[in-house]
Amino acid sequence: MSEKNYQVIKGDVKARIDRWISQYPADQRQSAVMPALRIVQEINGGYLTRELMDEVADYLGMPPMAVYEVATFYSMYEHKPVGKHKICMCTNISCMLRDADDLVEYLKEKLGVDVGEVTPDGRFSIKKVECLGACGEAPVAMIGKEYYGNLTRERLDELLDSLE
Amino acid sequence: MAEIPLNECCYRLNHLDRSWDIDVYMANGGYEVWKKVLAGELTPQEIIDEVKTSNIRGRGGAGFPTGLKWSFMNRHAPGPKYILCNSDEGEPGTFKDRDILRYNPHQLIEGMMIAGYVIGANTGYNYIRGEFWEPYKRFDNAVKQAYEAGLLGKNILGSGWDFDLYTHLGAGAYICGEETALIESIEGKKGQPRFKPPFPASYGLYGRPTTINNTETLASIPMILAKGGKWFADLGVPGAGGTKIYAVSGHVEKPGNYEVRMGTPFKDLLALAGGVWKGRKLKAVIPGGSSTAVLPAEKAMEMNMDYDSIAKAGSFLGAGSVIIMDETTDMVKALERLTWFYYEESCGQCTPCREGTGWMYRIVHRIRTGKGRPEDIEMLKDVSGKIMGRVICGLGDAASIPVASFLEHFEHEFRHYIEHGCSIYDRA
Ligand SMILES: Cc1cc2nc3c(=O)[nH]c(=O)nc-3n(C[C@H](O)[C@H](O)[C@H](O)COP(=O)(O)O)c2cc1C
Ligand code: SF4
Ligand code: FES
Repeated sequence: MSEKNYQVIKGDVKARIDRWISQYPADQRQSAVMPALRIVQEINGGYLTRELMDEVADYLGMPPMAVYEVATFYSMYEHKPVGKHKICMCTNISCMLRDADDLVEYLKEKLGVDVGEVTPDGRFSIKKVECLGACGEAPVAMIGKEYYGNLTRERLDELLDSLE
Repeated sequence: MAEIPLNECCYRLNHLDRSWDIDVYMANGGYEVWKKVLAGELTPQEIIDEVKTSNIRGRGGAGFPTGLKWSFMNRHAPGPKYILCNSDEGEPGTFKDRDILRYNPHQLIEGMMIAGYVIGANTGYNYIRGEFWEPYKRFDNAVKQAYEAGLLGKNILGSGWDFDLYTHLGAGAYICGEETALIESIEGKKGQPRFKPPFPASYGLYGRPTTINNTETLASIPMILAKGGKWFADLGVPGAGGTKIYAVSGHVEKPGNYEVRMGTPFKDLLALAGGVWKGRKLKAVIPGGSSTAVLPAEKAMEMNMDYDSIAKAGSFLGAGSVIIMDETTDMVKALERLTWFYYEESCGQCTPCREGTGWMYRIVHRIRTGKGRPEDIEMLKDVSGKIMGRVICGLGDAASIPVASFLEHFEHEFRHYIEHGCSIYDRA
């Protein structure tokens, strides 16, 4: 399998995926599909393509359809371009009770884009997400791999300025 | 209010500097139980007996007695078996396991080691939700430290026992908190719950016998064995032992996690969390996470935070996720948000859940946007009643309970929207 000419799953990316594969039984390579999709999505600037999913399928010995199913089932996989900073605003109950909806409106206004769109400079996109499991710091957003809690309009201003 | 003892179990080290380091854990009695187990000083049967004595019930939401669950496994059955930890933590209002992963990961690791030993599993996976990157890094680093200290791996401390521990990272799906969906997810599939029976104890991960416990359940085990099942049982109330982490969020001055004793009066917990914010009055409480019934303030103020007392008040302890709503809360809007959540997160395999969650959201949405019809209330009750008990997993019931309970206690707010096109707080 390693003889094949993969576009993305090679070198360091391959090593990272192989580390995940090694933690499952040898005959259960498909268990690494979620980390593999996460890693190739990251390499590709935050979203998956048909080619990437096909490569993952081939590498893990899965039917492409099985990979598409996983890639469309879980909400952290994206299928079209996102901003360099994908702002995931929690709007679930505990955040809603502490004015998360106002922050979404504010972001839309400030960035001039709707939920699901990317700013023309490619820097930001907005996504509404379900409970992030950090409701004690509501309202909460996840940007990249980081959580930001106790958000207000002012804190959002500072935060967006601090991100390149 | 009498002095309330805090952080006696899973959060006992959280106040310490670098509490997540193995040195800090070991300086505070960490891994002592594991060493006793490996030395043969505590047998699997003695551990199960102690866990039964402790009266600990599963902290993931269903409240199943842990000692009984472990006794379903035959540790001598040939072939691989698995211990899984459920750190998917996706129930709205729940954020307790995140702080175990961040501040006391070694106690969870020790709990998983012990549980694995009891059920005869040489491999464990901790399923951590994909959004929890920082907690995952903390946990993963703690696992590395435990390997380096020779507490994990092959022939641990010369005992002849092998145990390997790994993390599986989710990618955004509430349903993967359901134990069989979690198994499917580790197997590299969509997180769709399995029809039961067979139960995971006979047919779990890769078709092998498997035990699944919540993060808080497993992290409590080392303390139960260090201090004795009776110690833990005595902290709680008859039938439900121990401390419990209550994650308090919403309209309070000091939202956060409070690890207190089972049976603590709700009003004391509310006071610990600084009381209702902005000097406002309490209107309603969801005591156990979004899937448990909402209670009006009067009922909540009389209850204690344990299974029986909350059940008597008309709800469920669930995951212990206490969502506080003040007197300005628009209950129609709150329910609209919850119905949207279940509609989004239904995995879609059972028709009553897939269709019913959509119906419930659309009806509440139309009421909230001023387009409700008089017959909508009956229709909502009817749809929610038709999901319960007719589906594969608990999500269906979880979606119905908020609808039924919001209508039971706050129907007048829905009627007001239908009649006037706006909330009871708006001027028409
Ligand atoms: C829709 C749904 C979501 C769930 N989410 C979680 C979760 O995030 N964490 C958890 O521990 N249990 C969750 N559960 C409960 C698990 O199925 C299971 O009962 C639990 O992990 C068992 O551990 P325990 O006995 O230690 O509580 C969920 C159940 C359902 C039906
Ligand atoms: S009840 Fe809902 S979430 Fe659960 S299996 Fe059925 S469709 Fe999926
Ligand atoms: S409701 Fe927003 S983090 Fe839980």
